Amino acid sequence: MNTGYFGDFGGMYVPELLVPALKQLEKEFEKAQQDESFKEEFYALLNEYAGRPTPLTLSRNLIKNPKVKLYLKREDLLHGGAHKTNQVLGQALLTKRMGKQEVIAETGAGQHGVATALACALLGLKCRVYMGAKDVERQQPNVFRMRLMGAEVIPVTAGSGTLKDAVNEALRDWSANYKTAHYLLGTAAGPHPFPTIVRDFQRMIGEEAKQQVIEAEGRLPDIVMACVGGGSNAIGMFADFIDEKDVKLVGIEPAGKGLDSDEHGAALCKGSKGILHGAYTYIMQDSDGQIEESYSVSAGLDYPAVGPQHAYLHETGRAEYVGITDTEALDAFQALAKNEGIIPALESSHALAYALKYAEQQTEETVIVVNLSGRGDKDLAHVHNVLNERGAL
Amino acid sequence: MSRYSNLFTRLNDARQGAFVPFVTLGDPTKEISVNIVKSLIDGGADALELGIPFSDPIADGPVIQAANIRALESKINTQDCFDIIREIRAYNADIPIGLLLYSNLIFAQGLEHFYQQAKEAGVDSILVADVPLHESKMFRQAAQQADIEPIFIATPNASDDTLRQCASYGRGYTYLLSRSGVTGTETKAEMPADTMINKLHDYNAAPALLGFGISAPEHVQAAVKSGAAGAISGSAVVKIIEDNLNEPALMCERLREFVATMKAATAK
Repeated sequence: MNTGYFGDFGGMYVPELLVPALKQLEKEFEKAQQDESFKEEFYALLNEYAGRPTPLTLSRNLIKNPKVKLYLKREDLLHGGAHKTNQVLGQALLTKRMGKQEVIAETGAGQHGVATALACALLGLKCRVYMGAKDVERQQPNVFRMRLMGAEVIPVTAGSGTLKDAVNEALRDWSANYKTAHYLLGTAAGPHPFPTIVRDFQRMIGEEAKQQVIEAEGRLPDIVMACVGGGSNAIGMFADFIDEKDVKLVGIEPAGKGLDSDEHGAALCKGSKGILHGAYTYIMQDSDGQIEESYSVSAGLDYPAVGPQHAYLHETGRAEYVGITDTEALDAFQALAKNEGIIPALESSHALAYALKYAEQQTEETVIVVNLSGRGDKDLAHVHNVLNERGAL
Repeated sequence: MSRYSNLFTRLNDARQGAFVPFVTLGDPTKEISVNIVKSLIDGGADALELGIPFSDPIADGPVIQAANIRALESKINTQDCFDIIREIRAYNADIPIGLLLYSNLIFAQGLEHFYQQAKEAGVDSILVADVPLHESKMFRQAAQQADIEPIFIATPNASDDTLRQCASYGRGYTYLLSRSGVTGTETKAEMPADTMINKLHDYNAAPALLGFGISAPEHVQAAVKSGAAGAISGSAVVKIIEDNLNEPALMCERLREFVATMKAATAK
């Protein structure tokens, strides 16, 4: 049985009261993994409802270095507009298998909330989503989307009124209602078994990409890149490549206004070890262990911790984690739109920005795969404002 | 004999239960916090349960979360909390002092170092709100080395095996939870308290103090009647602080009165 640890990282650091709910979830997940009918149902939803497999697109115009080929894994084309839909469908099915009728979720920018709302609408589950009051203001279109799909959106005013406070509130709700409700956590972080469940329900991203790149190139890629907030799209992309030792893995964290500024969300590059939201991992904290607020232009990466498996990959050196600033991400956002006709999510723009930097430096034949984890429609108003302020429009 | 065993022996002889108030240290400021805790003692508290403020208190409801935020806003850190405890210990040498806090605050100082500092400040027991029994090994070892009593929570949804484990790992007292949820909220009890108390008794657990949902004398009475060794009240106490933030003297007076009323309800 899975112990819930990746090296020293992970675990189940939650109030005793939540342990039975987490153990029930672990058991149901393990049963489902052994059950062919679960896999059939899950993959049928992924293919027929969500639109898998997603394509792998070779960039035509963006890369100037003739030695380099850049492939984009197009999770932006998935129903819901981001990779989030994958694992949400999996957890919604688990909810039904546990005989629960209600789903609790947290959301930052609203992407996980929207994904949860759509899965609950599809599968007939009652859904309530905790969202920081500030985020509710900033992300009105997503709030409306969730409400259209029947979800209740509950603004959280406590604390900083952002994602981490929404997680706190969702955990509190779950403490009182675990008998009837499943907490559908949105990323590969949090207490065991969530990091494992979310990874396994996202791993088709990497499995498909691997096959697709082999079909196109006749070989494995040299390097695979994905952005890392909590880390779900990255771990989904990495999972099937971890044992391919020749494939470099790079996770891109939000460097915000710079890794040396106080305003970033780079838990692995700049944080230290500690416990937040149920897991021992890398977190952003002061010397007393108080959690610091993270910052990023991209709400989906704005989280002061990271999934424990990424902490392990970082510590063992199997994956490398780097930072990309707001400005670099915004440049990549515009470059992809202009050169390829694809508007990426600001989150994914971080991975893309690193790929562009990396591509320039290569002197050997290099095949890069970037997980384009989501589309940028949700970011249009925000990017418009930022570019306007910078006088770039 | 630990301060807890002395207390329970004495109360048993006097045919009383224990009344244990909880407050967050440093709420609303370091100076007022010292006076608050002294008022709790003056009102007749049998033991103290004290929180170190944390930015993300997931096991607490809105009232105690607000106390955490107030304390952090007045720049209280872990060392300030130990300072307050030292003052309290100097004020009263016998009262058992329990710490209730979140694991990251302990990690940040290093486990061994944290438990030793706590011991030196005069702490008797430590309950880590986000460390369940099966993750508790390191914490129990650090507690044992520092001669601190580790406290565990017996929950209404626990299996008999878990309750047995809770009984065998816990020292000092057992924190008994008779319903789900976070602090300061109302949900219905699941397993009747007396059923749990009997089970814990069979497993030789440390005396059970009923926590969560204790806000009035009749709750204390009911707890004692159901066989608990006493009751812990958190949110109701902290609410008095919240309601009197502008008048610290009145706040302390109200706290003294509240504790005295609750204590009076512990007679068996």
